[in-house]
Amino acid sequence: MYRYDGYDHQMLADRVAQFRDQTNRYIDGKLSDTEFLPLRLQNGLYVQRLAPMLRIAVPYGMLSSTQLRKLAYIANHYDKGYAHFTTRQNIQYNWPALVDVPDLLADLAEVEMHAIQTSGNCIRNTTTDQFAGAAPDELEDSRAYCEIIRQWSSFHPEFAYLPRKFKIAVCGTTDDQAATQVHDIGIYIVKGANDEIGFRILVGGGLGRTPVIGKEIFDFVEKKHLLTALEAILRVYNREGRRDNKYKARIKILVKETGVEEFKNKVIQEWAIIKDSSLTLTDEEIDRCQKFFDAPDYQELGNSPAELTDKLQSNILFAAWHSQNVKLHKITGYSIVTVCFKETGVAPGDVTDRQLEQIADLSDQYSFGEIRISHKQNVVMADVRQDQLFELWKALESGAMASNNLGLLTDVICCPGGDFCALANAKSIPIAEAIQRKFGDHKLLTDIGEMNLNISGCMNACGHHHVGNIGILGVDKKGEEYYQVSLGGSSKKKASLGKIIGPSFAQEEIPDVVETILAVYKEKRISDEKFIDTYNRIGIDPFKEKVYAKAD
Amino acid sequence: MPKLINKNAVIDNHWTVMKASTGPEILQVVPGKNFIVPLQFWKLYKEELNGYDGNIAVWLDSNENPGQITDELHSLPLIALNFPVFSDGRSYTNARELRQKYVYKGEIRAIGDVLRDQLYYMAQCGFDSFEIRHDQEAELCLDAFKDFKTGYQPTITEPTPLFRRR
Repeated sequence: MYRYDGYDHQMLADRVAQFRDQTNRYIDGKLSDTEFLPLRLQNGLYVQRLAPMLRIAVPYGMLSSTQLRKLAYIANHYDKGYAHFTTRQNIQYNWPALVDVPDLLADLAEVEMHAIQTSGNCIRNTTTDQFAGAAPDELEDSRAYCEIIRQWSSFHPEFAYLPRKFKIAVCGTTDDQAATQVHDIGIYIVKGANDEIGFRILVGGGLGRTPVIGKEIFDFVEKKHLLTALEAILRVYNREGRRDNKYKARIKILVKETGVEEFKNKVIQEWAIIKDSSLTLTDEEIDRCQKFFDAPDYQELGNSPAELTDKLQSNILFAAWHSQNVKLHKITGYSIVTVCFKETGVAPGDVTDRQLEQIADLSDQYSFGEIRISHKQNVVMADVRQDQLFELWKALESGAMASNNLGLLTDVICCPGGDFCALANAKSIPIAEAIQRKFGDHKLLTDIGEMNLNISGCMNACGHHHVGNIGILGVDKKGEEYYQVSLGGSSKKKASLGKIIGPSFAQEEIPDVVETILAVYKEKRISDEKFIDTYNRIGIDPFKEKVYAKAD
Repeated sequence: MPKLINKNAVIDNHWTVMKASTGPEILQVVPGKNFIVPLQFWKLYKEELNGYDGNIAVWLDSNENPGQITDELHSLPLIALNFPVFSDGRSYTNARELRQKYVYKGEIRAIGDVLRDQLYYMAQCGFDSFEIRHDQEAELCLDAFKDFKTGYQPTITEPTPLFRRR
């Protein structure tokens, strides 16, 4: 994991002092609301329905057990005893008081954490596949590049007042779990003609009001040119992105209106000026960053030890959890464990201070003291010995963290929605809960198989509804909360955007609508075909017919 | 006269920013002044400006591009870049471009909605002087240049990125 040196610490200390001064001036009436707004947003602070909401950066989702314990302390000390994992691998607190925020940030700085650029019209937290470094299908660990991008984008003086927010994802795995193609810039680690590693760069993807899959502008960029390429793209965007209309200000609109080829030409012109400047990456810097992500001290172990296989045979619950939540590791004898936080009755992504401490302890005991947050709002322990899986599961079970619904229907992605968010048209958490209640049966869930159901409370799409196999969007219909359903979205390598099935539904109708959709799938699927594949084969009409036939 | 600072002190302001709506008559009415004229004015009234007995500089609005004055760039003693509102970030890129692409050596001045909390980044992007908004306290503003001791990126004031200095 990346560790701060004197420079990183100094910058963070300077930032905390700067924000303390800004907050004091705001409280004294020396800064207006409008002037304080971008300053607090660039420190992750929103003013929400009930209280401020503070979003803490978790660079590319990585956390140490020490950091987890600090987050637990903060949940307890400044909040109501819980925190929330976001869809950008970050953590949010819903109840801190404005006056406490500078102290909270100082506490975070002690463990190399902050809230820098977690909101506002700037470059946000760079995200990646939560299995980075452990996945067997990985070309190269993406985290070193994420860290390089994190440093370049932090306090970038030129890009602090962009037309709109800007999100970058880096992916080195073939099974893209980072939703790379729906980012402002999506970066795939690829092999070039001479087998050297470089980057394929997509631009202009995004969700929100106008969902778009990113377009390739460079099929291969040498490692050393990564930052100059990014800087060139940002420079074109900062100058030419629309500032007249907030809803047309993302880079996807600029790319669409300019045309990909023309946009690319503009980037190439900017790039030519800086391509071999001091911003060109050095081998030493790439090495330095990669060293932080060196393999932990793995033992030489065999796959499927007796400690595991015996328990898999004797304990059905453990076996069910294992088949759903445990994935293949690149090192024999190890597994990747996802702790699923989608317990029915608990808002997706919510975690208590006690659970944070338990995860910290368990990661120390079983996974080298590190965890990752996934964009599906779950927690990953990436390096667990197979002969210790059963012990880990037992411990998780005692902490009510052994949900075995990972990747299944009830593992919903859900934004905070109308219960917390000032932007929302409709509540989203009760929808998630209603679905989890109706489809709680594990046999039924595993029969349906791999399924992403994503819920957003408004068009801003924080719940990624466009890329849900089933997407649910809260809309406002003459002051009433209604829900629009779409089918066929996916954020994987073969990314696609969902299609709206038809007129929207009342809240109480949604579980039945989902049931009808599943019935059509079960009727039409061929052998063990996944939902998304059946949908792609038969299209939306059979679903439409059944769903609306029922309503008549 | 609006308050002017550089990165160290409050300084005398010898230049007057000419509003976008001003016509060429002003050059006859007010002789011997140092004017920062709008880009369009500068392009339209070349002759009048050549005959003027005061000094002339140019200001660009945030939607204008330094590429539009390349020919005579180096003869200008000062270029001002406007912030119509502090949250409009385009002039940062314009300043950077003037320094990096056109290697402009003259003074770059920030004008318009110039506030304390943006000064540090402006300085990093190549601004030398700052015409701060009337309600800003000059002393407070001077502190802004000390907000950070260092940064990660190569900037105009520190052309070597941190990764080459570590």
